[in-house]
Amino acid sequence: MTSNPPAVEELKQEIEQSSNLLTGKVPDMDWHQMPVKKHDGRWCYPAKPDVVKSLGFPNPRKWKVEEEDWELPENWEQIIFEGMRDRLKRFRSFKLFMDVCVRCGACADKCHFFLGTGDPKNMPVLRAELLRSVYRGEFTLAGKLFGEMVGARKLTPQVLKEWFLYFYQCSECRRCSVYCPFGIDTAEITMFGRELLHLLGLNINWILEPASNCNRTGNHLGIEPHTFKQVVESLVEDIEDLTGIEVEPTFNRKGAEILFITPSGDLFADPGVYTMMGYMLLFHHIGLDYTISTYASEGGNFGLFTSHEMMKKLNGKMYHEAERLGVKWILGGECGHMWRVVHQYMDTMNGPADFLEKPVSPITGTPFRNAASTKMVHIAEFTADLIHQGKLKLDPRRNDHIIATYHDSCNPARAMGLLEEPRYVLRNVCNNFHEMPENTIREQTFCCGGGSGLNTDEFMDARMRGGFPRANAVRHVQENHDVNALVCICAIDRATLPPLMKYWVPEVSVYGLHELVGNALVMEGEEERAEDLREDEMLEIEEEDE
Amino acid sequence: MKTIAPLLTVILLSLLAYYGTNSLGLQLLFGVILPYLALALFVGGFFFRILDWMQSPVPFRITTTTGQARSLKWIKQERFESPSGFWSATGRVLLEVLLFRSLFRNTKAEISQGPNLVYGSSKWLWLGGLVFHWSMLIIVLRHYRFFLAPIPGFLVILDAADGFLQITLPALYLTDLLFIAALTYLVARRWFDAKISYISLANDFFPLFLLLGIGLSGIWMRYFGKIDVAHVKLLMQSLISFQPAVPGPIGGIFYVHLFLVSVLAAYFPFSKLMHMGGIFLSPTRNLANNNREVRHINPWNQPVKIRTYAEYEDEFREKMEKAELPLERST
Repeated sequence: MTSNPPAVEELKQEIEQSSNLLTGKVPDMDWHQMPVKKHDGRWCYPAKPDVVKSLGFPNPRKWKVEEEDWELPENWEQIIFEGMRDRLKRFRSFKLFMDVCVRCGACADKCHFFLGTGDPKNMPVLRAELLRSVYRGEFTLAGKLFGEMVGARKLTPQVLKEWFLYFYQCSECRRCSVYCPFGIDTAEITMFGRELLHLLGLNINWILEPASNCNRTGNHLGIEPHTFKQVVESLVEDIEDLTGIEVEPTFNRKGAEILFITPSGDLFADPGVYTMMGYMLLFHHIGLDYTISTYASEGGNFGLFTSHEMMKKLNGKMYHEAERLGVKWILGGECGHMWRVVHQYMDTMNGPADFLEKPVSPITGTPFRNAASTKMVHIAEFTADLIHQGKLKLDPRRNDHIIATYHDSCNPARAMGLLEEPRYVLRNVCNNFHEMPENTIREQTFCCGGGSGLNTDEFMDARMRGGFPRANAVRHVQENHDVNALVCICAIDRATLPPLMKYWVPEVSVYGLHELVGNALVMEGEEERAEDLREDEMLEIEEEDE
Repeated sequence: MKTIAPLLTVILLSLLAYYGTNSLGLQLLFGVILPYLALALFVGGFFFRILDWMQSPVPFRITTTTGQARSLKWIKQERFESPSGFWSATGRVLLEVLLFRSLFRNTKAEISQGPNLVYGSSKWLWLGGLVFHWSMLIIVLRHYRFFLAPIPGFLVILDAADGFLQITLPALYLTDLLFIAALTYLVARRWFDAKISYISLANDFFPLFLLLGIGLSGIWMRYFGKIDVAHVKLLMQSLISFQPAVPGPIGGIFYVHLFLVSVLAAYFPFSKLMHMGGIFLSPTRNLANNNREVRHINPWNQPVKIRTYAEYEDEFREKMEKAELPLERST
C-alpha cells in the first residue's frame, strides 16, 4: 500500500472542490449502512505480537488490517460486552457520554480530521455513535425494543473494523468537548473504544512499541542508560561549541533538589534537541541543583493511548524515581500528553507523593501553589516566574531573526489551562510574536494532526489532511506578518509539525519555547554569539551603549 | 422515514386521545389513569436514571479547561472557564445550564478558495436552544394557575409580563410564539443542515414533534377552540389532591394536550431528554481544574505493577557502571 499523501497542489484542489458533508452534500447512504472503507494512509500498522505480549495485553497474534479476517478470539462479542459493562460501572464519564448526547451537531465541524477529510464518521458525534449504537443495542431498553429506530445496532466484525479505523483517527485533542453543551469528551469515548479493542488484541505498533520500550529502558525510543547519557553529553558539547559555556547535567544523582523529566523526543530528534539545549542553558544560568534520570527518562506516556492501567504503569516510574533519589520536587519539560497525564491522572493514580515537598522555586522563592499536591511543576510556569522576578538576563534581540507565532498544544490548553505562561515567556524572549486567528488558538487550538500516538509515517495522508486546519492558520500569519517560526510546547508537535509545515507552509520552521529562551539567555562568560542554537545566523545586534 | 414515523406517531397519539374521549368516553383513562401513570414513570424513571449514573464513580478529574487556569499570582485566572474550586465550578455549571455557555462559542467552518478555512460565528443554535428552553420553563410555570388557588404572587407577575403585549383576547403570551418559533427552527435545522440531517435519528424528531403537538394544542385551546377552563381546573385540582374525579365536558382538544404531555413525561426518562439531569453530572464541566493542588481520589484505583528501578538496574548494571552512572548495588 502507499501511504503518501497526494502532492500538495492536488490536495489543495481536492479540498477546494470537495463535495461532501462538510460542504453540504448529504451522502446517499445512512452512515450505519455505509460499508467500511479503508483509505490508504489513514490507518496504522498492527502491533507486533511480541510487543503486545511484553506489555501483558491479551490476544497477541499476527493480523493484517487489509485482510478480511482479523482472527478474532472465539468469544469476541462476549469479551467486548463484558468490557463495556465493566467500564460503565467504573466510569461515570463513559455511562453519561453514552446517554446524554442530543445530536445537536455543535461538535460536527470542530474536528480537524473531519475538516481535513470530510469523512462523516470523523465528526465527533458520529465517532461516538459508532460505540453508542452498540451500547444502545445491548444495554438500553429502548435500543432492545426499537433497534435502528432509536439508533441501536448489532455488534458485528464490520462494526469492530469501524471502531479500529475511527478510534485511531481521533487524536484525543478534546477540541470538540469545548463546544459540546454537555461537555461530552470524545477523547474519553476514543480511550474506551481503544481499551475495548485492546481486549481483542487489536492495537497499533506505533503506540505499543514505544510503550514497551518505555517500560523496559525508561524511554520511548528504547535508549539504554549508557547511550542516553552519551546523547545528553553530545548536546553539552554542542552547547560549548556554540557558547563557550560548559553546562553540567547530572544523571541519577541522589540528593539533587529537583528531578527534571522531559519527553525523550527532546533528546533524540531535531528540533527537540535545541529545546533540550535551551533547558540546560537555563538551568546553568540560574545554578539549579537538578538531575536527570535514565530510568525515568521519558516524560511522554503512550500508556495514555492504550489503557488506564498502562498509563498508570508507565507513569508510576516518576514518583518511584523521585522517591529513590530523594529530590524535593519534580520539574517537567515541554510536552502535551505528558502533561495531561501529570496534571489529570498522576496524583490520583500513583500519589500521594508524601515523600516530596511542596514545590518552591529555589531561585525566586515562589511557591507553586497550583502544584502543591502533585509536586510537579511545568517548565513554562517555572520560567515565567523566573522572568517575572527578574532573575534571567535576557536579550530578546537575539531572536530578531525569528518572527514567531504560538501553537497551543492541545493538552496544556484544554486539560491544564496553561495559556498565558508560555505566551509571557515568548514575549520576553522574542520581539516578534503574532497570534493566529482566535478560533484556532488557546482553548480552540487545533491538533497537529498526529497526537495520541498517530504520529507515524503510514498515517501521513490523514496527518496532512488533519493538520490542514492548523497549517491553514499558520499560513494566515505567514502571509500577513511574514511569520517564519511556529513555537510550541509539545514534543509530539516538534515531531509532527515540521513535516506538516514542509507540506503546507514551507516558509515556517518549528521551535520549542525553551529553544528561544536558550537563544536569548545572556550567559556569564559566554563567547560572542552569532548563531542561534540550531546554528542559524542571528541578525546583527546594534549596541546602543558601551 | 426518520421524520415521517415520529410525525405520524404524534398525529396518531393525538387522534387517539381526541376520539378516545369524544367518541368512546374514555375521559377517566386519558384524564386520570394515564396522567398518573405518566407522572409515576417520569418521577421514578428520572430518579432511577440519575441514581444509576451516580452509582458509577468519577475516577479521574478530567475537566476540559476553556481558559487560563489558576497559576502564578500575577496571571489572571478565568474562573468560570477553568475553575479552581467548588464555587467556581458550580458557577461554570450554572452558566452552562442557564445560558448555554458552550453553545455560545459555536462557530461554523467553511472552505473557501485557497483553500482557506473560515470560521464564522454561528449563534443560531445557541439562540434557538435558549429561547426554546426558557420559553418552555416559563410556560410550565404559568400552568401552575391550573393547579393552585390562590395563585402565588410571582406567578401573577410572570403571567402579566409574558402577556404584556395584550394584542389578543385572551392576552397573547410572548412565550407561546417564541416556543413554536424556536421548535420550528430546531426541526428545520434537522431537515436543512446537511450535517445535522445526516446525524439525526427518529428519536431526535419525535420529542420535537411531540412538543410542537403540545404547544399547538395548547395554543388552539387558549386562543381559538372553546374549552371549559373551570372544568380543567377542577380536574387538575382533583388530580393533585389525589381525589381524582372526572368533571363535566371539557373538549377533546384538551385531552389531546394532556395526553401528549403524559406521553412526553413517560418517554422522558428513557430518552435523550435526560440531558436535563445529565448536564449537572458531566465530569468535564462540573469539576474544578485543581488537579495538582488537591488530590482526587479514585475509589477503585487499580493496583498495577510497575517495572521498578531495581529491576532496571539489574538489567543494565554493567552498562551503567561502564558509563559511570551511579548504582544502588555495584557489580
